[in-house]
Amino acid sequence: MGGDPAGPINPDEHDFALWEKRVDALMVLTSAAGLMTTDSLRRVLEDMGPDAYETMTYYERWIASVAQNMVEAGAVTTEELGAKMAEVRARGITYGAAS
Amino acid sequence: MPHDHHDHSHEGLSPSGHPYRADNDTGLSYWQVMEIALRELLIEKGHLTAAQIHAQINAMDSRSPANGARVVARAWVDLEFKAALLDNAGEASRTMGFDIGPMHLIALENTNEVHNVVVCTLCSCYPRNLLGLPPDWYKSRAYRSRTVIEPRKVLLEFGLSLPEQMQVRVHDSTADMRYIVIPAQPEDSFGLSEEALATWVTRDSMIGVGLPLAPQ
Repeated sequence: MGGDPAGPINPDEHDFALWEKRVDALMVLTSAAGLMTTDSLRRVLEDMGPDAYETMTYYERWIASVAQNMVEAGAVTTEELGAKMAEVRARGITYGAAS
Repeated sequence: MPHDHHDHSHEGLSPSGHPYRADNDTGLSYWQVMEIALRELLIEKGHLTAAQIHAQINAMDSRSPANGARVVARAWVDLEFKAALLDNAGEASRTMGFDIGPMHLIALENTNEVHNVVVCTLCSCYPRNLLGLPPDWYKSRAYRSRTVIEPRKVLLEFGLSLPEQMQVRVHDSTADMRYIVIPAQPEDSFGLSEEALATWVTRDSMIGVGLPLAPQ
């Protein structure tokens, strides 16, 4: 990415939503627990390819990477994650209701 | 009626005329579902505790550029501290009570001849223990791509115009090595107390895309 041509820098900033802070916390804590590293976070991000930068937000890419890392570390299985996601979705249609 | 259109355009805006910020009341996205599910699974399976996550978010919220500003202000008034900071920024910051974590922190001194600016072309590495979470633009493709090839143009977009003869050094962070810029102290601030000086030190001046400013 460094050195590639790109457009003007958008100076807008936003306060982080609770779910974004939680993703950040999951990355920091699972790293501290020895389940992943900053490098393994980045490996999965880079495997997503450049399209992911256009279609996903920063913490969307991060949660995708943390989840992939947890599966690779054997902390959770894809089946468990799929089943839990279905359960979460059934709780409600807003983040507040589902979490 | 012309007013109809005008009124309509304000639908969904706050009284101040801004769009409402998406938060916990918006529709649940796929990735939010994944966050909730993964977090609960990691807790159920004993890898993490809810208390740890809560404490981590509190710690994250308590970090702000004010921490870095205190370090810079100390360096401005205490030459011995500045030398220690330039020698080992992590160790020197810890003596002020800041938890720097395991990463290697390097302080870069701006002078009349050299201006330093920090980027992370790989992702978003940032001295978050001293400055808090990185701003959105720091993580953007545009900033990460262009800072290493046309830094002066990027700095101009932030409103920072540097004299032609000043050397610009761009520092690319890594997972294990983070940088913080020690901006040059503005002449107008000479003689102020350390506490007062800290209010001059902006976040952007510690990333290198801005300069210290007199508090408004």
